[in-house]
Amino acid sequence: MANSKSAYSSAGKKQKLDTHIIVVWVDNEAGVLARVVGLFSGRGYNIESLAVAEVDQKQNISRITIVTTGTPQVVDQIKLQLKKLVPVHKVADFKREDKNVIFKEMALFKFVANNGKLNKAFEACKNFNPVILDKTNKSNVIQITALRREIDSMSKNLKKFGLVSVSRTGAVAMTRGSEIFK
Amino acid sequence: MPKLYSGAEIVFKCLEDQNVSHIFGYPGGAVLPIYDELKNFNSVKHILVRHEQGAGHAAEGYARSTGKPGVLLVTSGPGATNAVTALTDAYMDSVPLVCITGQVPTHLIGTDAFQECDTTGITRPCTKHNWLVKDVNDLAEVMHKAFEVATTGRPGPVLVDIPKDIQFQKAKYKSYKNKKKFNGKSHDNYSQKNIDELINLIRKAKKPIFYTGGGVINSGTKASELLRELVYATGFPITSTLQGLGCFPADDNQFLGMLGMHGTYEANNAMYSCDLMINVGARFDDRITGKIDEFSPKSKKVHIDIDPSSINKNVKVDLAIVGDIKSVLTSTLKTFKKSKNNFSKSNKHQISNWWEQIQKWRSKRSLDYIGSEETIKPQYAIERLYELTKDKDTYITTEVGQHQMWAAQHYKFNKPNRWMTSGGLGTMGYGLPAAVGVQIAHPKKLVIDIAGEASVLMTMQEMSTAVQYNLPIKIFILNNEYMGMVRQWQELLHDKNYSESYTAALPDFVKMAEAYGCVGIRAKTPEELDDKIIEMLNTDRPVIFDCLVDKQENCFPMIPSGKPHNQMLLGPKDQKEKKITGKGRTLV
Repeated sequence: MANSKSAYSSAGKKQKLDTHIIVVWVDNEAGVLARVVGLFSGRGYNIESLAVAEVDQKQNISRITIVTTGTPQVVDQIKLQLKKLVPVHKVADFKREDKNVIFKEMALFKFVANNGKLNKAFEACKNFNPVILDKTNKSNVIQITALRREIDSMSKNLKKFGLVSVSRTGAVAMTRGSEIFK
Repeated sequence: MPKLYSGAEIVFKCLEDQNVSHIFGYPGGAVLPIYDELKNFNSVKHILVRHEQGAGHAAEGYARSTGKPGVLLVTSGPGATNAVTALTDAYMDSVPLVCITGQVPTHLIGTDAFQECDTTGITRPCTKHNWLVKDVNDLAEVMHKAFEVATTGRPGPVLVDIPKDIQFQKAKYKSYKNKKKFNGKSHDNYSQKNIDELINLIRKAKKPIFYTGGGVINSGTKASELLRELVYATGFPITSTLQGLGCFPADDNQFLGMLGMHGTYEANNAMYSCDLMINVGARFDDRITGKIDEFSPKSKKVHIDIDPSSINKNVKVDLAIVGDIKSVLTSTLKTFKKSKNNFSKSNKHQISNWWEQIQKWRSKRSLDYIGSEETIKPQYAIERLYELTKDKDTYITTEVGQHQMWAAQHYKFNKPNRWMTSGGLGTMGYGLPAAVGVQIAHPKKLVIDIAGEASVLMTMQEMSTAVQYNLPIKIFILNNEYMGMVRQWQELLHDKNYSESYTAALPDFVKMAEAYGCVGIRAKTPEELDDKIIEMLNTDRPVIFDCLVDKQENCFPMIPSGKPHNQMLLGPKDQKEKKITGKGRTLV
């Protein structure tokens, strides 16, 4: 009962956590990323990955894709709090299980090994659109695009083929079909 | 060729266009160009404070008593960081503030220059938005947008950081154009269907209650009038949060008093037992709800709020109506009157049992205390202060602690914008500078800061401001030599281990008043209290009133610790029966 004399209530029941992908369209201005990220850290929300870049040079709009986990109530709060920020134009929210949305991450793998292992490494990547970006007689750099958990398991399993370095992006998302998010 | 203005001139032209008549501030190196222009703009009067936190709270007092945004002007570095407490306070209590800070010249930003700090970085989490102006051509637009953001939607503080070189540079002035829609963010987001649902719930309710908050006051005086109309038309009981006091007359029979941790027995029990809760502009704060799992378990909950993120944040509600209170209440009343003419009568019959129950709770008289003829009971002091000032249009500010709760319980407010207190952040030292701001806005009115001796020492230096501008504010100190609320928690929860809550060396407040050049009055006994208060009221100068009160008195009723609304701790008599033990301690 270390906290029993607190001035506040104790935490309520724990609820189930879901993974959501939140897409935010913002004015590309100084400090905007800090506002979005600061909102997450300040209110105790998680960020699992983050991808951001300008997507409309004319109107200076950036698109931020954030993978986060939280209870339904927390995810709702995240969306509503984001919408209150002045430079935020719109906020979309997708569940990871959503079949109508494509999620992709990119990873760069560097292998240092003999030719046989390098070939096996490339072979192992073949389901994930591998591209060889650099090759020497004892190393190569392979780019793949895949889901988060696929890259997770790849970076574990490829150790045996001489994987020495991994660099990966956060997830980006796009809806399927002709519809766009308004 | 249009005329070019310096950045400093543009600042004042914007203030003029926004009808700002007073700014609170403190000069320093990085804002000197702006201070240099002050003499050329007669419509803007500057109030020199003694500390930037004081400027912020004064601007808050000004804003909350007028409904207009408060403006403060401070320098870079320490000027900005000193204002942070006030900005956070305003953010928590939804007070519109525009804070203008100086910054080191743009070429020095990032070099750890003298009095440089990352002002926009530091204030990002405690403002609605902030701007660092790096181009003088953007300055006018940013300034006007700052006022717009501060005052629209749920109000709050904003900050504009202006580097010194920008204050010197010249640009064209772009005047203010009132845009209809702000950044695509509309505030009213409800439909007639929502209103019909609300009316339907009102019609069916057998145990209803209105739970109203500061949002009503922020929506303007008209919102309070509409609320009264609706409450009278329905015949429902109404309770209010700390911040909502005044939007409904406290001496009306339908008013159950304040709710929450130190709310009345009837208000909290009614909240627990109701079948319909209509939240108008309140936010289910943790001091209100108590144990959230057992908060009003049997009720349908309606939440009317302008801020969509307030909905379902702490408490899940059955019907959310997102919109400005004034507009929602207007629609509700319209529909209400149309739907049934004699509806209110039949409804009153339907809730008569509920009123009987409430009367039973009321008969507990939970605000009663044991009087004394030797020492002044703090509750008695507030009661007498109320009785002797109720015929005047009095503005009350407070500090934070026991005195604040006693003021909320025993001073009866009948009008909105008369009660200025730091609720969300709970900032000790708020009341004195806030009183300065209120008195600036209402020079002819009676302004009293109900204070504790510990709180008031935190911003005591602002007495000097009050004297400089001949502001006849009354600082009514309930002096018990303790940080009373800390002492109370220590008594009830920490086995009477009064760790560091006693101030062993206090100043002589009467002599202190004299040193500041104002008037000091001391009351020691209940017998002399009335005369001394009258003496204070008849003094047309700032007064520090040192009211020596009972040192042991605790603030009751109180929801103890991990308990829901229906298990309150009443005064000394009741206490013996319900000792706080073990698990129960967590909540207080």
